[in-house]
Amino acid sequence: MTITEERGRLHGYEELPRLMGLMTGDEKHGSAATSTLDVLWVLYDRVLRVGPERMDDPGRDRFLLSKGHGPMAYYAVLAAKGFVPVDWLPGFGSYDSPLGHHPDRLLVPGAEIGSGSLGHGLPIAVGTALGLRAQGLDDPRVWVLIGDAELDEGSNHEAIAFAGPAGLEQLHTVVVDNSSASHSRPGGIAARFQAAGWSAVTVDGRDHEALYAAFTAPHPGRPHVVVARVEPKSA
Amino acid sequence: MDTMRDRFVPVLSRLLDEDPRVAIVLAEIGNVAFAETQRRHPDRVVNVGIREQLLVGAAAGLALTGLRPVVHTFASFLVERPFEQVKLDLGHQGVGAVLVSAAASFDWPAGGYTHMAPGDVALLDTLDGWTVHVPGHPDEAETLLRHAVAADDDKVYVRLSVQANREALPVDGKGFRTVREGRSGVVVAVGPMLDAVLAATEGLDVTVLYATTVRPFDTAALRRATESAGTDVVLVEPYLAGTSTAAANDALTDVPHRVLGLGVGRSELRRYGTVEEHVAAHGLDARSLRERIGGFVASGAAVHS
Repeated sequence: MTITEERGRLHGYEELPRLMGLMTGDEKHGSAATSTLDVLWVLYDRVLRVGPERMDDPGRDRFLLSKGHGPMAYYAVLAAKGFVPVDWLPGFGSYDSPLGHHPDRLLVPGAEIGSGSLGHGLPIAVGTALGLRAQGLDDPRVWVLIGDAELDEGSNHEAIAFAGPAGLEQLHTVVVDNSSASHSRPGGIAARFQAAGWSAVTVDGRDHEALYAAFTAPHPGRPHVVVARVEPKSA
Repeated sequence: MDTMRDRFVPVLSRLLDEDPRVAIVLAEIGNVAFAETQRRHPDRVVNVGIREQLLVGAAAGLALTGLRPVVHTFASFLVERPFEQVKLDLGHQGVGAVLVSAAASFDWPAGGYTHMAPGDVALLDTLDGWTVHVPGHPDEAETLLRHAVAADDDKVYVRLSVQANREALPVDGKGFRTVREGRSGVVVAVGPMLDAVLAATEGLDVTVLYATTVRPFDTAALRRATESAGTDVVLVEPYLAGTSTAAANDALTDVPHRVLGLGVGRSELRRYGTVEEHVAAHGLDARSLRERIGGFVASGAAVHS
């Protein structure tokens, strides 16, 4: 198949390793590179009401990738869903490529924020939820993906502690937990969100049905967090 | 006389009434003053608590949804503490906001160094695309706040202070204004420094420019002034000394020139007391300014003759 033919075609989950391979030169990827893959796929395939044709639609859902490190899975999903041309993928990280090792919202179609420095996505997501609410846009949901070690950053805790009492029901966080934080306690992630008044569910981050159920669980009047546990980074 | 900050609350409240895009974000400081406004606009007056990273990050999120956030707290907690949020959540994300600070360089001297931010404008100078307004009177603050909010999605910093000149001058949110014309030097007085500069230069043959919008720096006005007053330039700024020295040098790269940057000293005084005492300690009272400006201009005249 030529690249031209591949443009405009949507791809399935089973094609994601090949799309990632266009960036990494290898279709086999370690668990660290794919820790976010299943979460991203289920969100973009079944949960988020977004699409290349509605990137400027005020009523679209917002997905904010806060953990900007290792964005190959994110770019692969964006390519599979038609946001990013597949022929951009091989240039990953090169001078003329819009696809950097951390995403830039001004360069990547479909990226709601640029990220890389940890701990910025959740505070911005809080403001996005507030901004939608202030304009009477109660329908769109705001999602932010963070890593378990990213929760080390104190800025997240400013946002968590505010969003619960503020009752930001439109706000959703998914924490991809690959046990990469140097200092943590079992169950500590969900407990911290719950202490701030969030609805919280912990699931297997590779189980698509469990992820879907957790992503779509009702949480009236409260923000919602899904802790998606995957293989430890060090394993 | 009321302060610039006294004026900030009614002005912003009216802007919230008039324009559904405007939102105000606070981190506890100023919250009580906006209570009535918040009752009218519960979703567009947001107090995030004592959380300054969230303050700026949430403002960026509001801007991403199309609102025009106005963010307010003391300068030290607005620019210095969440500096990376200012750099990334606004600049790198490509969205704008109006940051309105209070307390300036030493508005509350008894509060000590933790509440002083003489480096705020210098810090913003490391970033691209910021407009910086430094009003010298509450009336000017009102006008400049309106300009700032109306400036599309620009990144604008408005530096409010209890230091103020006795009378307001017309301000346009853009350029410097010629207040006095002379032939042997140009003195640029920024915001609240004007009264002291006018007193200090009484009888000296210098041009005095009044700057309330300092970024972008009005290169054209400075060049025009040097045509008749020569290229000895003194900057008198109410924040870190030398903050605009590079901008003045850049304005005059093609002509021989001298620049003296006066402002707040870098070293920590570790003193409390009053604003007047701090003004004097940094050599920014009229008598010290006359000595320093007079000496600089006189030494220039000696060189040039």
